[in-house]
Amino acid sequence: MNIRALIIRILRQFRRDKRSMALMIVAPLLVLTLMWLVFDGDRYEPEIAVVDVPSPYVQVLEKQDAVIKEMSEVEAMNALQGVEVDAMIKMDQQSMQVALEGSDPSTNSAVKMTIQQAMKELGPQKSQLEPAFTYIHGSEDLGLFDNVGPVLIGFFVFFFVFIIGGVSFLRERTQGTLERLLSTPLRRWEIVTGYVLGFGLFTLIQSFIIAAYSIYVLGMWMDGSFWYVLLITFLLAMTALTLGTLLSAYANNEFQMIQFIPLVIVPQVFFSGLFNLDALAGWVQAIGKVMPLTYGANALRNIMIRGKGIESFQSDILILIGFAFLFFFLNIVALKKHRKL
Amino acid sequence: MDMVHVKDVAHSFGREEVLKEVNLSIQEGEIFGLLGPSGAGKTTLVKMIVGILEADQGEAWVKDVKMPSLEQMKVLGYMAQSDALYNELSARENLDFFGSIYGLRTKKRKQRIEEVMNIVDLYDHLDKPVQKYSGGMKRRLSLAAALLHEPDLLILDEPTVGIDPILRQSIWNELKRWQQNGTTIIVTTHVMDEAGKCDRLAMLRDGYVIATGSPKELREKSHTETIEEAFLAYGGEKG
Repeated sequence: MNIRALIIRILRQFRRDKRSMALMIVAPLLVLTLMWLVFDGDRYEPEIAVVDVPSPYVQVLEKQDAVIKEMSEVEAMNALQGVEVDAMIKMDQQSMQVALEGSDPSTNSAVKMTIQQAMKELGPQKSQLEPAFTYIHGSEDLGLFDNVGPVLIGFFVFFFVFIIGGVSFLRERTQGTLERLLSTPLRRWEIVTGYVLGFGLFTLIQSFIIAAYSIYVLGMWMDGSFWYVLLITFLLAMTALTLGTLLSAYANNEFQMIQFIPLVIVPQVFFSGLFNLDALAGWVQAIGKVMPLTYGANALRNIMIRGKGIESFQSDILILIGFAFLFFFLNIVALKKHRKL
Repeated sequence: MDMVHVKDVAHSFGREEVLKEVNLSIQEGEIFGLLGPSGAGKTTLVKMIVGILEADQGEAWVKDVKMPSLEQMKVLGYMAQSDALYNELSARENLDFFGSIYGLRTKKRKQRIEEVMNIVDLYDHLDKPVQKYSGGMKRRLSLAAALLHEPDLLILDEPTVGIDPILRQSIWNELKRWQQNGTTIIVTTHVMDEAGKCDRLAMLRDGYVIATGSPKELREKSHTETIEEAFLAYGGEKG
């Protein structure tokens, strides 16, 4: 009888908490849909620049699933640097040289496959020409982990700061201390600032440990400055913190806070560059543009894999700062619910 | 001058009306009781005076300043119904935090912390984490936190719940003592005999103030012997 009473009680609780019930159904659907969007894309067609390649070769290459662009060598190198093309093929009488952009292992293999297919079609006598591969960034050793590593650093910092920041601000509300704080002459912006700075110190340490561990212990590919990595992870953490505390205003308990994970965190994994989205429709790619992790991941990749300087990711920095400030101000506005002043 | 003035206040949460046509004047230096069963709207009313809730209609004034006002919040001490303490921290750390918010200097803060902890009889537990406190001890610590900055107006929401009779008696003695020092005190309670200790009372039921006056007046006007009987008599008129 006790069990029956328990079951009835739990069902009643669910009936009262329609949101949790909806989430248990809607969230898996959402996640599955997102995964479908990502994995059901067409096979990636690499974009290849050709320099001084005889036309019979170009014709065969064009028959493959690849976009072929004829360019001068200077144009091609610029395009490679800007990741507008994935590889450049240059030919003379004796040799065929392939330069790969190199930062994404799956793109590298798509390029190689395209070239190998083309060689096969050309027939035995011409395919004796052995292509020599060189890499602008990374090398043949660049593994999948190196490629997704920078994104994962960003992701884990984001994820944990979001949850911890959100839950602790939520507890401030549920245990009554937020109300207590609002009965004092503290201003709303002071409360939010206090939170951001208090946690900011903590996340700085956290960012440092995660980045150092990934790079120096796990040996993640690292071509750039460690301090840039720290800067980006810290900015991501600040964005996550302000977003977490903001969303905690819309959760009534810790459990409801956790429910934000599939809605806010998981989609960012798929759209922030962990998977190559170039083959997907424009509107699918646009989803990533509203997600902070996209910018953090892009900057981290530029630093760690491509070893680039600040000019290549300063817009990412500005956008992350923008996100953090936006959420910061929304936090102050959200506290208005408790005290107008 | 009225310490607190509540004018034509009405408030509802969604469709539920919690307060209707509430008017109150609380004089400087008195102990004013808000008496009523749970759900009568006591906490809602008190939060409006504190300034953490704004009424749909009407206004609450503290010392002729309309609430919410950050200036007035400095001279007001609030003890909420929930204990509002950081459980991970020790009592000293909690008080230190609240003291800092009110801008008490380090030396003054240290001295006040010891004073208030003596008043609530928790001095020996200053460095114990709050999560090891019993319910009654937490209640007393909350009270200590409200007293820390020597407020002119002390607003206590059910301060004696879960506190044993001896300590309750000593807390009331303290309230009387602060009153003599000029502090105005608002206390909410649902305990009828506790209400008898206030200088004046407002009886709340279903969001209405059904009667106000000193305990003696309320008993005499309703021709009853106890506050409880008086409450029933006034409640009967409306109901």
